[in-house]
Amino acid sequence: MTSRLSAITWNTFREAVRDRVLYNLVLFVLLLVASAPLFSQISIGLEKLMLVNVGLTSISLFGVIIAIFLGIGMVSKEIEKKTLYTILSRPVRRWEFIAGKYLGLLLTLVVNAALMTVGFYAALLIFVHSLGRADALLLVAVYFIVLQFMMMVALTLLFSTFSSPIFSAIFAFALFVIGTFGEDLKNFAAMSQGATKWLATGAAYVLPNFASLNVIGQVAHEQGVSAHLVFFNTVYALLYSVAITAAAVLIFERRNLK
Amino acid sequence: MHAIEIRALSKDYAVGFWKKKLRPALKSLDLTVETGEAFGFLGPNGAGKTTTLKLLMGIIFPTSGSATILGKDYLDPEIKRKIGFLPEQPYFYDYLSAPELLDYYARLSGVPATTRKQRIGDLLARVGLSDVGSKQLRKFSKGMLQRVGIAQAIIHDPEVIFLDEPMSGLDPVGRHEVRELIQNLKDEGKTIFFSTHILSDAEALCDRVAVVYKGELRGVGVVNDFRSSVAEKTEVIWLGANALSSVKDLLAEPHVTGETVRGTMQSADLDRLLERLRQQHARLISVTPIHRTLEDYFLAKTREEEKESVSS
Repeated sequence: MTSRLSAITWNTFREAVRDRVLYNLVLFVLLLVASAPLFSQISIGLEKLMLVNVGLTSISLFGVIIAIFLGIGMVSKEIEKKTLYTILSRPVRRWEFIAGKYLGLLLTLVVNAALMTVGFYAALLIFVHSLGRADALLLVAVYFIVLQFMMMVALTLLFSTFSSPIFSAIFAFALFVIGTFGEDLKNFAAMSQGATKWLATGAAYVLPNFASLNVIGQVAHEQGVSAHLVFFNTVYALLYSVAITAAAVLIFERRNLK
Repeated sequence: MHAIEIRALSKDYAVGFWKKKLRPALKSLDLTVETGEAFGFLGPNGAGKTTTLKLLMGIIFPTSGSATILGKDYLDPEIKRKIGFLPEQPYFYDYLSAPELLDYYARLSGVPATTRKQRIGDLLARVGLSDVGSKQLRKFSKGMLQRVGIAQAIIHDPEVIFLDEPMSGLDPVGRHEVRELIQNLKDEGKTIFFSTHILSDAEALCDRVAVVYKGELRGVGVVNDFRSSVAEKTEVIWLGANALSSVKDLLAEPHVTGETVRGTMQSADLDRLLERLRQQHARLISVTPIHRTLEDYFLAKTREEEKESVSS
């Protein structure tokens, strides 16, 4: 099982690399290099704040875009091109295929985010000329971004098991936007009454909540992140990803691949 | 133990906007294939050949029926270590090289790391691709891809090999090469189940064939039985166009080119025809018995069906 899973994971990662997905890193570096001089013109004190905001938001957005664009074709493309035929005629269980694809795409995003983080710290060093202990806090924000990737990959993979790439992209992007305002949905549920309250509460639980995973503003102002939040966010992202991936497996297990 | 045993296997596809209407793609197929046999699964396009193979590979699920491969349920993951599959017009991960692709499939099929490299090298040589190096599959010709396809189907040394239209879309050289590869596998004692609509391939390679049409099995038998089970005809060629009038009643559609006459006739009339030609001093060039080919059988079966459906 492990051998098959790692083979599918590695192949998914290799496909992304060979499809030049990591070229987005060049764009990221260009963005940082081009924007840094602008920040220095605003104010000395705000320079770092802006750089942290732009850098971390870019790591998050670039990753989400890659997750959507690669994830939506993960399964549907393999069905359409019939590459799945030669996989499923081997001793590969369908759940292993989904899990391997999930891990492969996540690995791509983690490697991408790791390289971006290195570039981001290099930019901090170059433009702000110092790195303090407080800057280690930024890694917590990066960790939360990776948790967000875990959830996004699960969602795009789920859509890919039953929908066309275009619809999958629309669904995934819509959920990303809704998830970004996840806290507002929770607040709305708390303020509502009757059926609306039930509906809003249900939606708040079913839909992803990316708002609680966004601590970019907090760490940019060098405010700490509680261990409590780190723990709960980790558990939340893990449970949500497992549940969504399990749903993807359930659909895929029953699918006739025409 | 049969290599493949299919029992009342059926597949209906739900069609229409509400998916309420059912379109049968395969109707209660019963079939057995013996170990070491090369079995041809014949039928025109859309007959149900690919559906059958997709069912056996677990790519789609049957509406009813069952199948065993080497005595075990066909969906048993363990049995999949012992089978190989080449889909019709295969598409592979084109960002990989041939050795990378074979390594990937070998890992999925549980080939141990110690033997993988050796096996990949041997197989690439066997299919004539040992010099492709790290060239990506997107730069391969169709014939080369088909050879990679056969290599991936046998990378784990399976006992039963399923091939879906292995020769379709290939040029004569490519077809010949693939045919030789299949023949070699057959000589090694592998069980081969292959679907085709190219009847000459089936005739050359298969011990037995089955004919499917519109999702139904129309006949199963030894290739030679199909060829000889009907009245034979004979083709006669001679020199001497003036002798034609004396034998015209025995010949069907005679063709005259200068002094050369060619015609076919019932074999039973052969003695009478030769006697008359001798009397006319015609010079005999050849007498060739015409056996009914698999193609004749195939066409007869499909036409029979068409007539039945028109009359009903």
